[in-house]
Amino acid sequence: MIFILIIAGVLFIVLTIAAGLIYIERRLLGLWQDRYGPNRVGPFGLTQVVADMIKIFFKEDWVPPFSDRPVFVLAPAILISTILLTFAVVPFAPGFNVLDSNIAVLFFLGNSSLGVYSIVLGGWASNNKYSLLGAMRASAQMLTYEVFMGLSLMGVVMLADSFNLREIVEAQRHGWFIFPQFIGFVIFLIAGIAETHRLPFDIPEAEGELVAGYHSEYSGMKFGMFFVGEYMGVTLISALITLMFFGGWLGPAFLPPIVWFFLKTAVFICFFILLRASLPRPRYDQLMGVGWKILLPLALLNILVTGALLLYFK
Amino acid sequence: MDEVQSIVTVLKNKFDTTAILAEQDTIDGIPTLWVKQDHLKVLLQYIKNEIPQPYNMLYDLCGIDERKRNHRTGQPAADFTVVYHLTSLERNHDIRLKTALIGEYPSMVSITDIWPCADWYEREVYDMFGITFTGHPNLKRILMPRSWKGFPLRKEHHSRATDVEPFVLDEQMRMIADDDLQFRPEDWGLQRQSEDTDFMFLNLGPQHPGTHGLLRLILQLDGEDIVDVVPDIGFHHRGAEKMGERQSWHTFIPYTDRIDYLSGVMNNLAYLLPVEKLAGIEIPDRAKVIRIMMSELFRIESHLVWLGTFAQDMGQLSPVFFTFNDRERAFDIVSAITGGRMHPSWFRIGGVTSDLPDGWQKAMQAFVDYLPRRLREYDKVVIRNSIFKARTVGIGVYTAEEAIEWGITGPGLRATGYNFDYRKQRPYSGIDQFEFEIPLGKNGDCYDRALIRMEEMRQSLRIIQQCIDHMPAGNFKSDHPLATPSRKENTMKDIETLITHFLAVSWGPVIPVGEAMIPIEGAKGSNGYYLVSDGSTSAYRARIRTPSFPHMQMVPLISKGYTIPDLLAILGAMDFVLADLDR
Repeated sequence: MIFILIIAGVLFIVLTIAAGLIYIERRLLGLWQDRYGPNRVGPFGLTQVVADMIKIFFKEDWVPPFSDRPVFVLAPAILISTILLTFAVVPFAPGFNVLDSNIAVLFFLGNSSLGVYSIVLGGWASNNKYSLLGAMRASAQMLTYEVFMGLSLMGVVMLADSFNLREIVEAQRHGWFIFPQFIGFVIFLIAGIAETHRLPFDIPEAEGELVAGYHSEYSGMKFGMFFVGEYMGVTLISALITLMFFGGWLGPAFLPPIVWFFLKTAVFICFFILLRASLPRPRYDQLMGVGWKILLPLALLNILVTGALLLYFK
Repeated sequence: MDEVQSIVTVLKNKFDTTAILAEQDTIDGIPTLWVKQDHLKVLLQYIKNEIPQPYNMLYDLCGIDERKRNHRTGQPAADFTVVYHLTSLERNHDIRLKTALIGEYPSMVSITDIWPCADWYEREVYDMFGITFTGHPNLKRILMPRSWKGFPLRKEHHSRATDVEPFVLDEQMRMIADDDLQFRPEDWGLQRQSEDTDFMFLNLGPQHPGTHGLLRLILQLDGEDIVDVVPDIGFHHRGAEKMGERQSWHTFIPYTDRIDYLSGVMNNLAYLLPVEKLAGIEIPDRAKVIRIMMSELFRIESHLVWLGTFAQDMGQLSPVFFTFNDRERAFDIVSAITGGRMHPSWFRIGGVTSDLPDGWQKAMQAFVDYLPRRLREYDKVVIRNSIFKARTVGIGVYTAEEAIEWGITGPGLRATGYNFDYRKQRPYSGIDQFEFEIPLGKNGDCYDRALIRMEEMRQSLRIIQQCIDHMPAGNFKSDHPLATPSRKENTMKDIETLITHFLAVSWGPVIPVGEAMIPIEGAKGSNGYYLVSDGSTSAYRARIRTPSFPHMQMVPLISKGYTIPDLLAILGAMDFVLADLDR
């Protein structure tokens, strides 16, 4: 019974945050761009999300006749399911997780690799040249960043001596991993942005260049799934940064652990939005160049140094 | 006038009267020679390549339908004329060559092998007059739909849709129109595949977030690398030149605002300078300074829009909101002074509509004090951003020689380091009385073009500051009888003024016979109206030379070998508007 409640709770929280982010992002962007953002529907425009959702549900759910229909329909579902599956191993607070897995970090990395299929298949099945270019960019970009996203976390795994997210958090009782693993943190953050393909790394959708990239042909709730999927991705990466580098739910006792967890996550979500408001988009080959030539060697070096120091002090 | 004598004498010495038929007096002082068609190419070769300080920029090429024109004394007989307007930037001097053509649908030699940029101009003349150019590589319609019947700028072509039967799009016509939009690479001499790859053809536009309007670019791609680009323009064509022949001299002013729709009254200025030259109106100092001030204000507004949209092309979402907010402040001043915003149509033949309102200095001063701070912020946020630099430095490079060859003017020319600004070199409306610098670039890439526009905004602020400090007293409109509408105060006092006023507002002014063009430094490059008057209430021919047209023609040349994101950077840095391109 408790188990089902937790599943329902996690699903509720994740979906609420993702939907709420639509509102929060638009308001924050409005704030940073000297304009209002949605402020008409309900108090402070809060029910804008509801209005948007109603709209998106009742939009014509059009499948282009030239598309590869089954794959076209399947693609957005893959994105949502891989991200939701990953949330199964994310501990929100002690005991508040669906699955206390010993391979949580690996599970997350595996799922995020699967997420690439969604975009590649969606872009391919649309049978549209812009989508195809977007999908090509996405696969190259995500393959690159996949590599050192995993490597950047290995330092933390070594320090905590575990792939279990709960144990990683517990291992930070005497100091957050951001300090010993600062390079790992920076690399993971950059890879995380690339992984969720948010500005400045929104190269697969690059509005000014590829119209909407891989999801140009999507409409209605199928587009909505890509849309919400992006926000869930942002939440997931922020949650993982919190867990791996910022002590998860740990914090002074005047607030309950779960509140600490959400506060820390919210900071990173806002950081993601701030990035979107401020940075231009690099070119695709520049992004790849930085990935292979700078970040990958750095990640490897980080592992080497962390490992050597661990052995030395053992 | 030494220059005038020298080039005309040089040409007359070199070519005898079989080649040069006549010399025509013009009001704008640009020497105009009638050249026989057979000798035209030799003469052009000579003037472009063989003389010192050559006339190497083809500034404009246009046609005139001469069949209904009155007052052609001294000009050779012609049914149609093709006009070549050449510029020597080194001499800072222009020359106009005309070729007379006889016949209903005459033929003309193409000069595309001398000036590659004649390509689009000759297509436009063909499109508008039905004059064919022998030797042109791809003589197709350029602005009108390919299925259009007739040639719009011929005098027998209707100028109002109500003059003909209502338009019906039946099934057959729809199929023809659809077929016209099909892209067949073979028509453009493009290969579908090379030895080792099949090319992809990507249709960028007419509806695309990165093209800033109805522009269609067809890309030949190898992966994401651009092999070739074919711009397809004309989606924004509204027949502005035809309207110029239909409207009175006075009522054409609002149409000019909408040519380069970001520069507002600056278009009025480009149109009115030759009109006033033809009419012989001397503009009062106050009106001149007001005109300069408003033009420079619009230059800033145009550059602000450019900055915001360029940053957005680079994927930066915020600057466009900031710059539009700043532009809104400028619009507040514009609307306080003129009553309009983007298209105030505020300049009049002989001056401006009304005097400046009380307290204009305060509003203007507040803006001049406010903007530099913002510009510093944009420098920090956009121009000095390292990703922005990575996207623009070394992209879309061309040299000064290429720029001149392709008719590039304005910031695009100065980014190559070539110092030519019509405000300095050919001062108009008293701008030589102001102190300001002309920023120059070095590398001719997208980044230099951006730097120059940023600095131009600061220099425009300087000019506006001088306008505020030294606004002369006096009339805002000339007392000349052709100043339209003539000043109302005097109409109740003497009958002559009343009659003039009545005629000017009912028929419109009658501008004396002549031809004139005075290029100005528009926000995007050199803008000029070549006006032909045959002594009636409207222009006989109103040719609008816009900067965006030659600039866009150069896009294929400078974007080959780059990728799609670079193409968007090149387009963004070019700063064109589609209304300016298609007219």
